[in-house]
Formats: sequence, C-alpha cells, structure tokens
Amino acid sequence: MPYIPVTNAQREDMLHRLGVLSLEDLFADIPQEHRFPVLALDGGKSELEVLRELATLSRANAQADSYRWFLGAGAYDHFIPAVVPALASRGEFLTAYTPYQPEVSQGTLQAIFEYQSMVAELTGMDAVNASHYDGATALAEAVLMGLKNSEDHTRILIPEGLHPEYKQVITTYLSAFECTIQEYTGSPSAAAKGLAQNDLAVLVAAYPDFFGKIPDLSGTAEAVHEKGGLFVVHADPIMLGLFKSPGAWGADIVTAEGQSLGNDLNYGGPFLGIMGTTNALVRRLPGRLVGETRDSQGRRGFVLTLVAREQHIRREKAVSNICSNQGLMALRSCIYLAMMGRQGLREAAELCWHNAHYAAKKIAELPGFSVEPGLFFKEFVVHTPIPAEALAEKLYQKQIVPGLPLSRYYPERTEDLLVCVTEKHTRSDIEDLVQALREAVQ
Amino acid sequence: MMQNLEGGPTMGQQLVPLLQEESVPGRRAVQLPSPSVPETPLPEALLREAPKLPEVDELTVVRHFTRLSQMNFSIDGQFYPLGSCTMKYNPKMNEEAASYAGFRRAHPLAPESLSQGSLALLHGLQEALQEITGFKAVSLQPAAGAHGELTGVLIIRAWHVSRGDTKRKRILIPDSAHGTNPATCTMAGLIAETIPSDGTGAVDLEALRAACSGEQAETIAGLMITNPSTLGLFERNIKEIIAIVHRAGGLVYGDGANMNALVGIVKPADLGFDVMHLNLHKTFSTPHGGGGPGAGAVGVTGALAEFLPGPVAVKTTEGFSFRMPSQSIGRVKAFYGNFAVLVRAYAYIRRLGSDGLRRVAEYSVLNANYIRSLVAEKYPAVYGEGRWNMHEFVASPELGNGIHTLDIAKRLIDYGFHPPTIYFPLIVKEALMVEPTETESPETLEAFAKALLAIADEAQNNPDLVKSAPHNTPVGRLDETTAARKPILCYKG
Repeated sequence: MPYIPVTNAQREDMLHRLGVLSLEDLFADIPQEHRFPVLALDGGKSELEVLRELATLSRANAQADSYRWFLGAGAYDHFIPAVVPALASRGEFLTAYTPYQPEVSQGTLQAIFEYQSMVAELTGMDAVNASHYDGATALAEAVLMGLKNSEDHTRILIPEGLHPEYKQVITTYLSAFECTIQEYTGSPSAAAKGLAQNDLAVLVAAYPDFFGKIPDLSGTAEAVHEKGGLFVVHADPIMLGLFKSPGAWGADIVTAEGQSLGNDLNYGGPFLGIMGTTNALVRRLPGRLVGETRDSQGRRGFVLTLVAREQHIRREKAVSNICSNQGLMALRSCIYLAMMGRQGLREAAELCWHNAHYAAKKIAELPGFSVEPGLFFKEFVVHTPIPAEALAEKLYQKQIVPGLPLSRYYPERTEDLLVCVTEKHTRSDIEDLVQALREAVQ
Repeated sequence: MMQNLEGGPTMGQQLVPLLQEESVPGRRAVQLPSPSVPETPLPEALLREAPKLPEVDELTVVRHFTRLSQMNFSIDGQFYPLGSCTMKYNPKMNEEAASYAGFRRAHPLAPESLSQGSLALLHGLQEALQEITGFKAVSLQPAAGAHGELTGVLIIRAWHVSRGDTKRKRILIPDSAHGTNPATCTMAGLIAETIPSDGTGAVDLEALRAACSGEQAETIAGLMITNPSTLGLFERNIKEIIAIVHRAGGLVYGDGANMNALVGIVKPADLGFDVMHLNLHKTFSTPHGGGGPGAGAVGVTGALAEFLPGPVAVKTTEGFSFRMPSQSIGRVKAFYGNFAVLVRAYAYIRRLGSDGLRRVAEYSVLNANYIRSLVAEKYPAVYGEGRWNMHEFVASPELGNGIHTLDIAKRLIDYGFHPPTIYFPLIVKEALMVEPTETESPETLEAFAKALLAIADEAQNNPDLVKSAPHNTPVGRLDETTAARKPILCYKG
C-alpha cells in the first residue's frame, strides 16, 4: 500500500486493541446506503508508471526551453539562479505548515520577515504581507481594502489598460458590494481630478499596464487623496530595480505579481501575490504578517503578528478570509532577491530595458510593422501587417512564440501582438525573431 | 530525541543573523551578462537609486537558508499531528513530476495547441475529483481552501440571484466551524449566523429548524458545514440537516478540510451537498510549503455547474480546450489555478488508484482511534463517547497544577514532536486536536502517546518543567503581545 507503513499484522493488533473486527467497523456512523461506493478510477500504479505517464503529458506541451518565447502578458520568463530551487525545495521548508508554533518555525518566520523587508524596500512601502494567491487576487483585495476604508466612497477607478484577467478577478471579488467600477484612459492624475463627485474610494494605476506602457504617476497621489480615495499601484517588481518605487510616487497600497522574482511559469500558478501598505493602513491589511520580538531571555525571534485582523481570531469581522497563502513562493522570492542583491536586480532590469528597446527598434524597421509609441520597460505592442494570430501560427513552426495576439482578449484587435523581451534573451534570439517576422509576411 | 528532556540541542540552536546584517557593500552573488545589443539611453528622471537589497555572496546565501531550514519542524523531519491540517507524507515522486520542464516552464497563455499536456492533466484531475466526490463538475481555479470557500459561497449567491431570489443573505454556520467560514461570508457580502452544537457536539437540529422556519426560511442562502466536524466526528444527522436547509430553499456548502476521512468511504454529493471544496494540499498530499501554495478545487451539482469559475478544461473532438461556464461567477484568479500543485495531486491519485484512496481514509481513521485509545486515560476525547472518531480527535486535557494545553504543546516539542492544533475548535475548552494521518507507523503513534503520558506525569511531579517548555529550541516562548503592540515588520538597519 503506497505510503502506509502499517503492516497487516499491526493492523490486526490495532483493531484488536480497539475491539473491532475490521476497518469497516470504524465507519458505522456513515449512512449505510452510501457507504463504500465503488470509485470508477484506475487501480494504483507504480511510481515508474506514474512518472512515465506524467512525463509523456509534460512533453505534449511546448515549453520555454524548446521554444523561444516572447510571451509575457502577466507571466514572465526571467532568470532564476540555481540556488533558488535548490534551497526552497529543502524538505524542512517544503513540508512545514504555517508557522503557528514559532519555536519550531523560526526558519520560515525569519525568511518571511526578510522577504517582507526586501519587498518593502523594493516597493517603497512600510509593510508587506506574507503573500496572496497571485497578483490579481492581491490587487482585488487591495481594491476591497480601499472600498472598506470609507463608507460613503464607492467609486473605483481602474485603468482601461489593466490586465483583462485582473479586471475579471476584481469584478468577481466585488460582485457582492455596492460600488461603481469605472475605467479611465490617459493619465491617472487627470482621471482623479476629473471626477465630478467626491466619492472616490480607490484609484488603481498599472505600472506598467497590460500593454507595457508606463504611466506618468506625478501628482496622482495628491489628486486621489484630495478626492478622499486611496492610491493603489500595481507594479512589475523587476522594473522596480530601475524605476522609482510606487512608495516614492505616494502610493497607499502596492500590489505586484511576484512570479518574476524567482518563481517558475508553472502554466500560470503557483504565483506570488505581493501586497504592501503604509504604517497608517497596516492594521487593515489582509494576509499574514511576521513581526520581530524577543523571548524571556531576550533572544530575538519572529512571530505571526497583528492576528486580530485575521479569520481564525476575528471570524466574520476579519479583514479577509485568507488563510493558506503562497508561502513557498515568497520564500523563493526571498532567496531570489538575496541572490540578485543590490546590483544584480538593477542589472537584470537594465538588460530587460536594452533588449526590449533593441527588439522594438528592429521590429519597427520591418516593412508593414510598427510599434505603438509610448514609454515602456520590457513589453510593447506591435501592429502587424497581417492578422497577428496567423502570423504567430507561422512562427510556432519555427519554435518561436512571438508574443500574445491581442485578439485573445480584444476580438477587434486582430493586428496587434504584445511582445515581451527580458534579460534572458540574447541578441541572436531577438534577431531570429525579427528575421522570422520578416519572412512570415513576405 | 528522548534524551533531551532537560535540555541539549534537538535542532539548530544558534540564531542566524538577518540577511541584511550579513550584507557587505560591494559583495555579490549573481552576475548578469553585459548587454549584447546596442544600448538605449535610460529615462534618468524616472529612475531610482538601486534598491538597498542585501549584498552577499552565494555561499553566504546557501548557508543562511540552509541554517534557517534547520530551525523548522517539518513532516520530513518530525511527526506533525496538527489537527485539521492533514500533515501526511508528501511523496517525493510528486515533486519530480511537477519539476518536468514541460509543466514547470509552460506559459499559461501559450496557445491551446501547444498546451495539450497541461489541458489533459487538468481534465483528468477534474474527472477524478468528480468521481471521488460524486459532483457533476469541478473547477480547479481556487488557490487555497478559503479561496474555494469564497468561490462556493459566491456560486450559492449567484444561483439565488439568477432565480430572482435576492433576499437570501443568511448563511448558517455551526459553532465548531473554521474561522474561514464566517470570514468568507463577509467577503461574499452575506451574513454569517452561528448555529449552536448540541450535547454531543453535533449540529443542534432544533436550533437549525428554528433558523430555517417561518419567514426566516425566505432569507436563508445556505449552510456551510464541515463533515466530519472539527471534533473529528461524522455528523450523523447530515442527511436531515441538508434536508432542512433544502426545504427552506437554501443550498449546502461542504467544507472539505476533513475529506481525508471520507475518500472512498462516501461521496459527499450522495449525501446531498450542493457545493464543496477540497484541500488538495491536505487530502491529496501536496506539500504545505510553510503556509502555501495550496489548491482549493470546488465541486458542484449539475444545477450549479454553469456557475463555476472558469475557464474549465473540456474534451473536444480535436483534443482538450478551455471553456468558460455560461453563467460563471467569473474568474477568481488569473489563469487556471495553482497548476504545479494540481500536477502533484494528479500524480498522487494515479499512484494510489481507487483502492489506495480508500486505504487513505481507512488507515487515517484507524491511526486516530489508536492514539485516542492509547492516551484515553489522561487525554479523553471530548464527545464521541461510544463512537469511533474519524481522522482526528479532540481532547480537553485537565492535568492540574495550572498546566494549560499551551504548556503541553510546547513540552511536546522537547520530545521531538510538532504540537497538535490547540485551542480549536472554539467550543472545546483547552482543546488539543490530534490528527495523525495514515502515513504514520504504529511505532511513531506509540512514541507520541508515550510522550503525552509522560507529560501528564510531569504535570504532577515537575510542573515547572512543563510550564517553561520548550527547552531545546533556538528561542523560547516569544512575547507576542509586544510584537502586536509595537509591530516591527521590517528590518530597520
């Protein structure tokens, strides 16, 4: 029996001690007519057979080692130092539970504290929680936090260029609440200033947005606060190695997709929801927080803290229902940031910038192609001379995924391709992409 | 481990400095290549000073995290009988499967034609979970148990609204429930209402009938219930409970936290449940990761299938594809769920098969009752008199001399065991909740029982030893009050 160490002889001894004849006797409380159904599943298989089956399934996918990817759109192929999986897969981290018993969980607790510290520095916030499910749910909870901040302020401004799946998650999370979700175009500060009523709860800025564009955030915090709202910035954490932090722009809450920081693509999950805020709002922040304290002998240690915000203490009055989060992903990001360090993260961000701008320049020089203007970091929209979907299909034959045809989310945008270039791409990757695009439309 | 009753290291004793304290200006680990393309000028006015991350070399990072890991208890290292958390062995085979490049390096927005392996796996897991639970449809999108609860309660709400039934706002929740249940109701804009338990720890049927009768019936959205309950007892009146709620027009949500006791034993849908989440990180052996990631798959009856969050994987004539259910509550997460967790759960189900899954429940129940019997004299199970517990039991220890459950828990650490869940469920005074799981041997269970009984003796003969535990950990009991009153949440230099 896989993973069950009780031998038949031991089982009989144990049943004897309990005074029953069979395992079945232990289930007398279950309604008899429904007890012991036959499960129409295959019988158990050996490890060898199961791994063979899963290896076959995995090979039915295209993956980032066999294709050249210029696909981002919320899931990014950044460099991951070998140290990250080697350390994060240690059983002592992998198979521990939530650190509710601090004396035997100092490893996890200190790592989360270090994660909180580094991500707070990166985002420019006072406090960062121990994680959310992903960037989209972190942003949805940030909006909810803003909505609850002021009773009569119910207007939520989100950028038209926010990731379409994030918009859908926000809509789901807010479906039960009285509020108006309104999309704005152009500068976020103008959107706040242009409001007729004084009912702003939250303004969200995407830094950058789904199309890779970096908005001008100057004056936004002031304009949002003037209307009585909270300023939420959803950021690309790699970009924050180079560009001003949301905190420096006056954000009240920051969210980000932390997958880029040392986590695999994993076909979309597990990812890492980053969420941080200011000291003024920290007692309303959802999610776990680790704090520093001392034991009776004065030794420094770490504990889960401000638990009066959480479901296991406050039940229906908790700020969120979140319990299990993405602890292991936060650990991976912690190790990643330690490995990259002050200079490494900056270098990665600069490489993204140079590679992406070189790719954009070369693609724009192709006949029939153009690049949407505007400030960008690592992702940009290409207008294609033939439908982007058909163009992409041609490149798949050459083991190149040239980007995301925007028609996936915007049916009318048939000739737009969202291209992502990171520090992992080489000059020849980029030149091969350009060459393949040229040939595809000839 | 037994020789360390009075002190002496059981784990990495020495505290580890913070990474930030190990930082030396100019030191580094990762070095990236120089740009191979012509450089583009940076927008200087928008830039920052490089973030002040630690400056450390690679070996320092490796030692730092290795030493931190040694300060953890884990399933790989210790018996971890944490009630309600199902800390079973996490097979290494699952890690291998999840590490295959075709899964680990697959992009979620790759075209379906290049993602057939992932889609086939998602579809296969949906079908397996449908078979195990009896539900007609499953969504794998929720990322954790509480996320599954939110999904399920939003489905219940959406179903009522779709029928024009907008007055139904009350969700009934037994007083033994996890805190996530009432917190979920608030997040879904509904009102949590507590139903007391009766003298046997079961749902008080009279109180439930009263909450569902007369005009009150018209405001019932549903009931959230954990079965087996958090007392580790199967709710014997479950069919009647469900019938009462159904008669009032409400739907019944099953919290699947305790499904480990029921796989292959009973299909929840057969009992009448309408919606239920499964914690794949409990029942289906995926590692807890120090607090996640989990996966909270949600199953529903045929009537609710089109309300599921999407997309869900479907089989077509050409292979596999994604589809958004027609009345979906929407997305609850970007992309498709915690896919790499789903790979592990699928590998586990394939390994165990139908017989192996039933053995999981049988032996988890056997092990729980075995410990219960070994410690019955000093730690009698509350309720459940004359009945068998399911996968866990709850004691309410009274060892005297001012010894609290917290002291017992901390003293168990000295014996090399992770403490059980304590002070939960809230309806049991000084609760001590023990869930051994099926992957532990009788030798381990007996050693644990022996330690619990030894602590009962110590409570009589040397209570201070118990009250001052743990003695062999890198830190002793920590000052949580000051931590909350004057929070230090970041390194301040």
